[in-house]
Amino acid sequence: MTTMTTAAPRGGFGYRHPRARLAGLLAAPMAWLVIVYLGSLAALFLTAFWTVDDFTGQLVRTFTLKNFQQVFGNSAYYVVIVRTLGIALGTTLLCMILALPLAFFMARVASTRWRPLLVAMVLTPLWASYLVKVYAWRAMLQPEDGVIAWFLQPLGLGGPGYGVVGIIITLTYLWLPYMILPIYAALTRLPDSMLDASSDLGAKGGRTFRSVVMPIIFPSIVAGSIFTFSLSLGDYITAQIVGGKVTMLGNVVQTTYVTNLPFAAAVATIPVVIVLLYLLAVRRSGALDNL
Amino acid sequence: MSLSRGTKAVLSIFAVIAFGFIYVPLGVILINSFSTDRSLTWPPSGFTTEWWGKAVDNEGVREALVTSVGVAIVATILALILGTLLSFALGRYSFFGRESLSLLVVLPIALPGIVTGIALNNVFTTFLGGLTIWTLIIGHATFCIVVVYNNAIARLRRMGGSVEEASADLGANSVRTFIYVTFPMMRSALIAGAILAFGLSFDEIIVTTFTAGPGVTTLPIWIYQNLFRPNQAPIVNVVAAALVIVSILPIYIAQKFSNADERGGGLI
Repeated sequence: MTTMTTAAPRGGFGYRHPRARLAGLLAAPMAWLVIVYLGSLAALFLTAFWTVDDFTGQLVRTFTLKNFQQVFGNSAYYVVIVRTLGIALGTTLLCMILALPLAFFMARVASTRWRPLLVAMVLTPLWASYLVKVYAWRAMLQPEDGVIAWFLQPLGLGGPGYGVVGIIITLTYLWLPYMILPIYAALTRLPDSMLDASSDLGAKGGRTFRSVVMPIIFPSIVAGSIFTFSLSLGDYITAQIVGGKVTMLGNVVQTTYVTNLPFAAAVATIPVVIVLLYLLAVRRSGALDNL
Repeated sequence: MSLSRGTKAVLSIFAVIAFGFIYVPLGVILINSFSTDRSLTWPPSGFTTEWWGKAVDNEGVREALVTSVGVAIVATILALILGTLLSFALGRYSFFGRESLSLLVVLPIALPGIVTGIALNNVFTTFLGGLTIWTLIIGHATFCIVVVYNNAIARLRRMGGSVEEASADLGANSVRTFIYVTFPMMRSALIAGAILAFGLSFDEIIVTTFTAGPGVTTLPIWIYQNLFRPNQAPIVNVVAAALVIVSILPIYIAQKFSNADERGGGLI
């Protein structure tokens, strides 16, 4: 009971100086994220405007748009950019098509008791090794002896083999959970009363879906698409393993960065600019709170 | 919603197909690891456990495993410290730039890995004089911060500040409050964040290829190097299968510690 005598508030330095406490909390993570990470990104962006001397291989640190002119002036790179965008869009679309009904099943058809298990079943593959999953699709897509080819053989069909379709399927497989979970979360938060009100007012299923459900889950779809789109844009390992001869932007970066870093940096800024524009465009939809 | 019986049936069938799509490839990996074939062929022509034994005895695989675990442990510790500090700053204070900072934490996993990879590669080779195992750890910690941060800040939001204020009113200083009040309430969220960070680091390949020093071989790098070698397919299959099994465990453990609902259905 003697401790009662020391009852005078004795908050530490931190309580009396909240700003100092905040600075103490922020110093290390800020140093890491801003200086190491953002600094590296800025340096990379800067490098994109430099060149490499053809003879010495040394960096020439004078501002030039040469790398960008080389990328956008060359039809071969142009094809790669369009193809990469197409693959990223195709992947995002396929993810939506698969995720919407599945999320609907999980949130609205399956009983509440099963939901945590279903969520775990969707989440688990996300944590399986990325490389292993791509490798699994190498076995699935193998043109002659792959699982899909074996499965389709009795129907007289061939598998898609290695190529653009194989890449889209594999990328969809990789990023699908990123699309399912936000949509599922939004659907579970959707109040039943709202749907009842819609049907009381005479809306059929399709109308309710378009006018009530869709506006509510839209930010979640956008949140999911940030991952599916952005991660597909920069991927190069999938193209290497299941793409056959198909190359994406990431492959260009990967093959040029040792000999010509400025050029690789210029190519790498393309997906970043696209992703940042996309993030800015969707910021108002509230999608970023759903990540 | 009053879904008709037909719609429910269609959705259920679709769900079975979708879960098939999600799990068949992983099943194929597991089955292939017991196949007698020396290349990726389906269906397997026979059953053997020979390759599991060979993989366990493979020195390259064992060394890669040790490297992977070591890197993941150090990266996780760094991410735990930085992510927790950041979650307190962003969860307990409002200040200029707070929103931007919360976006910045997500950036390392939202931007394509190759961008983070060559950006760090560029800076490390220019300023740190080359790549080592430490540059790899720095790279991994950078994208692991977000999982710790997300788990921690979700818990902080749910806790509210009143218990800490009560502790301070009762005369505890900030260190004491942290040890006796805040940390015990945060513990399970931090464990979940740490497990996820470990898993993220253990599996990563893209940032890894760009930030690992010469001779630093993690398990994913080992697979990547041996993927296209003709005679290595059986052992690659076994390592791949082992990675599938190993990565499934942490997620179940992490689920125990973190409540998906408190993270607002968030993923990470």
